[in-house]
Amino acid sequence: MAERTLTVASTHGLHARPAALFVKTVTDSGHTVELQKGERAINAASILGVVSLGVNHGDEVTLRVQGDDDEAVLDQLATFLEKDHDA
Amino acid sequence: MAAATNANLLQGVGIGRGTAVGSVIRMPDPVPQPADTASERTPDEEAQRAREALTATATQLRQRGESAGGTAAEVLDALAMMAEDPALAADVQHRTEDGATAEYAIHAAMASFRDMLVGMGGYLGERAGDLDDVAQRAIAHLSGLPAPGVPESETPFILVARDLAPADTATLDLELVLALVTTDGGPTSHTAILAREKGITAIVGASGAAALQDGDIVLVDAEAGTVERDPDQERVDLALQRTATLEAIRAQSSGPGALADGHAVPLLANIGSVDSAREAVARGAEGVGLFRTEVLFLGAEKAPTVEEQAATYREVFAQFPGQKVVVRVLDAGADKPLAFLTDQGEENPALGRRGLRALAAHEEILRDQLTALAQAAVDSDAIVQVMAPMVSTAQEAQYFRDLAHEIGIAIAGVMVEVPSCAILADHVAQHADFMSIGTNDLTQYTLAADRLLGTVATFQNPWHPSVLRLIEIVGAAGAAHDVPVGICGEAAADPILAVVLVGLGATSLSMSSSAIADVRAELSMHSLDDARRLAALAVSAESAEAARAAVLGAIHP
Repeated sequence: MAERTLTVASTHGLHARPAALFVKTVTDSGHTVELQKGERAINAASILGVVSLGVNHGDEVTLRVQGDDDEAVLDQLATFLEKDHDA
Repeated sequence: MAAATNANLLQGVGIGRGTAVGSVIRMPDPVPQPADTASERTPDEEAQRAREALTATATQLRQRGESAGGTAAEVLDALAMMAEDPALAADVQHRTEDGATAEYAIHAAMASFRDMLVGMGGYLGERAGDLDDVAQRAIAHLSGLPAPGVPESETPFILVARDLAPADTATLDLELVLALVTTDGGPTSHTAILAREKGITAIVGASGAAALQDGDIVLVDAEAGTVERDPDQERVDLALQRTATLEAIRAQSSGPGALADGHAVPLLANIGSVDSAREAVARGAEGVGLFRTEVLFLGAEKAPTVEEQAATYREVFAQFPGQKVVVRVLDAGADKPLAFLTDQGEENPALGRRGLRALAAHEEILRDQLTALAQAAVDSDAIVQVMAPMVSTAQEAQYFRDLAHEIGIAIAGVMVEVPSCAILADHVAQHADFMSIGTNDLTQYTLAADRLLGTVATFQNPWHPSVLRLIEIVGAAGAAHDVPVGICGEAAADPILAVVLVGLGATSLSMSSSAIADVRAELSMHSLDDARRLAALAVSAESAEAARAAVLGAIHP
């Protein structure tokens, strides 16, 4: 399992469009991904789960990836979250 | 009018003044809510049905997205993701294991996610309706009913619906829609706003249209507010000819807004984003009469910083060198709550701590916004003015102007949306650099009719003489104290009503920029004396319908 904690860069956080793009990236990877904010961790393949975390700009979140290619998928997802998709 | 007794003539509220003739396509009614009855199938069978319905729904949404393309594809793809969401699937499975039908399990699971989103407020709360849309599609699939949403057609049609939801309008192929007719909803409904923005001929709140069937041939006349089934060719020709004449006048009109006698009436735009600012410029707006700043804050749990705000304001101001830009400070509450500003759990949010009341209770947010506006104004050539929403007393006007002046914004006015503010306009005018009448809320509060509630939509009509009399009071107070009086509600976008508003003392009009050409054309056909005469007819009428009829009768005898 690969794990990393990072800060979300999107101006409007992980809402709506960025959330949908993120979940798409997760499901396309075929890996099991967990996203945690504070005490709560959710299945990152669930758009409803991701949206319900209420991730805002500047929030710290932790990603956990399980699968054959966990490090590469983690890199890809971390890059996504650290980019400002509302810019 | 002999035609009024015609059983084929349906009355509603017209948006714009176009006409259209074509064949009706009805939008399917909402799917009935499934009952919580025990299933007669096994839990496994129900779970299988639910999975199949959700998968089919996701596939169908994606297909529609692919054919629609662009933003619609993105919206529909996000809906498809909700349909196949693993968290939702798990919740549905739990419910079928407990003996629920697939229909009820999907309904209840979606409802619980929707409630969670609503609880989060802001942008997410507004997206909650998307979940209902997905649930309805899946349940329709299970029940063998037509899927809700806009029907597909190869040929142009007149769409008849109860009301349109934002999700419907995303997929509406406007090229094929000749006109929109709704049975519910008033002039401020989502359908009406869309129609005005896109310049589509529409009639809203035509309850009689419920009886129209697919394939009926109808004549839609927005100026008369009527839908006529099986119209005579003569009436069709007349209506189309009138539209052609109007379009010719519209095509010729350009430049600043003015009456026939040369009396200037600046035509400004209502905007909410940098994109709409650019569109306003393209459509010939002479500035901005209402810049809604809420959009910048939507979905935020805390207010954006002064720097973030100033950057956006600069971008907007840059579009209007040498022109006026009236910025409305954050108008949160009621239909657009913001997590950091709006009190939770108000029984009656339209009458609660909203608008300036909420800002005064969180003055640091107001100060930050005014500071950001003042900074952005310094760097731009636009004439930046600010106004406060939901002002109900002269003291509030004074509080706001003092604060704005202190922070360095020289021109600060109030929105007149609350009847008390209109009635005491002579006092308010002494504490405001200008007054701008928000006709949507003023109508809502004067007639005590919720803007967003379809069942009271018939009361939501800015032509109502009670509203016009309040506007007359404000116009007179503005003239007496030499304070400009603008209009920035949907009323200013109705060309005939715009003439009446000028007659009542409005000195500028602000509207969706798509309405500017029509309003400019209409104003150019009347003198100030005409406008005053028409206004006098309207304020002395008994009802909104009578006011409109009297004015139309005087214009086209």
